[in-house]
Amino acid sequence: MSFFPADMPRPEPNYDDEGFWKNYAEKRLCFQACGDCGALRHPPTPICHACHSVEVTWLEAPSTGTIYSYNVVHHAGHTAVESALPYVGALVEFEGFPGVRLVTNVTDVDPAAMQIGMRVNLWWDDIGEGMFIPRFKPA
Amino acid sequence: MAVADHKACIVGVGESEFTKWGGIMDRSQFQITAQAIAAAIKDAGMTAADIDGFASFADDSNNAPLMAVALGLPQTRWSSMVWGGGGGGSIAALSQACAAVESGLANAVVVYRGLCQGQFRRFGRFGQGRIHGNFVYPYGLFAPSMFLSLMMRRYMHLHPQITHEHMCEIALNARSNANRNPKAVMHNRTLSRDEYFAGRWIAEPFRLFDCCLETDGACAVIVTSRERARDLDGPAIDILGALHGSGPGWGSGPLGSQNMPDADYASTNSKYMAKELFELAGISPSDIDVAQIYDHFSGLVLMALEDYGFCAPGESGEFVASGAIRWPDGKMPINTSGGQLSEAYVHGMNLLIEGVRQLRGQSTSQVEGAKTCLVTGGLGVSPTSGTILRSQS
Ligand SMILES: [Zn+2]
Repeated sequence: MSFFPADMPRPEPNYDDEGFWKNYAEKRLCFQACGDCGALRHPPTPICHACHSVEVTWLEAPSTGTIYSYNVVHHAGHTAVESALPYVGALVEFEGFPGVRLVTNVTDVDPAAMQIGMRVNLWWDDIGEGMFIPRFKPA
Repeated sequence: MAVADHKACIVGVGESEFTKWGGIMDRSQFQITAQAIAAAIKDAGMTAADIDGFASFADDSNNAPLMAVALGLPQTRWSSMVWGGGGGGSIAALSQACAAVESGLANAVVVYRGLCQGQFRRFGRFGQGRIHGNFVYPYGLFAPSMFLSLMMRRYMHLHPQITHEHMCEIALNARSNANRNPKAVMHNRTLSRDEYFAGRWIAEPFRLFDCCLETDGACAVIVTSRERARDLDGPAIDILGALHGSGPGWGSGPLGSQNMPDADYASTNSKYMAKELFELAGISPSDIDVAQIYDHFSGLVLMALEDYGFCAPGESGEFVASGAIRWPDGKMPINTSGGQLSEAYVHGMNLLIEGVRQLRGQSTSQVEGAKTCLVTGGLGVSPTSGTILRSQS
């Protein structure tokens, strides 16, 4: 069973972020990088902000990250999350991946124990239909 | 023609009634918006024949070409819409009206926004089609409170002296001003410190009263040149500058993947623009008598006080705790209509109208002798925007 119920909004891949979701389907947390100059970017965009190349590579992030910020959601913005309240939303950074961050959740944690700077470990949440979503637990 | 004759000024304002979201169901959103524009035209002492342009923002669905027909404009010379789904574009739309009027491409432009959240959608909930929704929805982040609370937590981490007491002061100030404003949705509802702290969490660190209202209403403002304004009866309010824009790398910013640069992450995305705005206006923050600062969330008002230079980084808490923002004795009262926390949420257009009222001497929390007013657009998004208004008297 996934962290949120099945009627949770799912990613709907489009032209510009399709490659990102292909990696998730294979349980690989990858950020997009320029195939020419290596500049990292997120969310995916079809052209490099540094050199305007359209060549793309995908770099796999470490499975441990650091909390850049977090919140604790108590209000149901969608009926799907009512049974999951409260939950922790988080912004995670990864060593060696300057300038990109990932919005995610920290699960298996007392919200009161959350701290900016704490280390968290990746786990893959099976949301069905062959798609997996990265969430984290305290390291 | 004198050098400044072509410069833009505000000559009319109009608004509908304001209600809790879903409160206006007897007329369409388009109709209350048209009525607000008609009221602004009348307030300016103009007729539809004097108006030849429209500017709006926030994906406003009140279509300008249809509005031109509905209101009977003989000729339209300008229509523009600012990108961005929220209030960041409010003063950006004003800046477009200024560009139209000052370049001579139009004579008089209406800046407007109307929203009835019972007829379309509520901004505090999941909405289909948000840009970069793929990167936030699967994690249960659906609405601005859930996006901007991440930014607020980081800001409080960087400035541990900022506390909920300071956020509370923003909420209490708005409410006490609304209690003097009969048009405010919260006119008859007082708010105490205890009630603020008893408010339920929405998304920590935001409690209920840190978050703006969800309301129905429409607002319109008429912009023309100072030269044309001299032919009108009412007092014109000069626009010393109206700017919009963004620092690097914001894009969908906190509403999307939150990949803004570290140096600007916990900010309103206004500090570069604010500096240019004061330079353009030729005045400094200490010259501002009263301010209307976009209050979708209490904490962003604190950040704005710093980013606009009213106090140093991290000192906004101390600034508001000193009573500086309170009417009538504070050195710079803010959000004197009750703002979006307590008057109405019209994506910042009600803040612009309150700025005009202050400089006309017509606010229900009138700052005595107010000559200059800062009004900001939505904060912590891209684009963001701001203007400095000055009375001619
Ligand atoms: Zn490149």
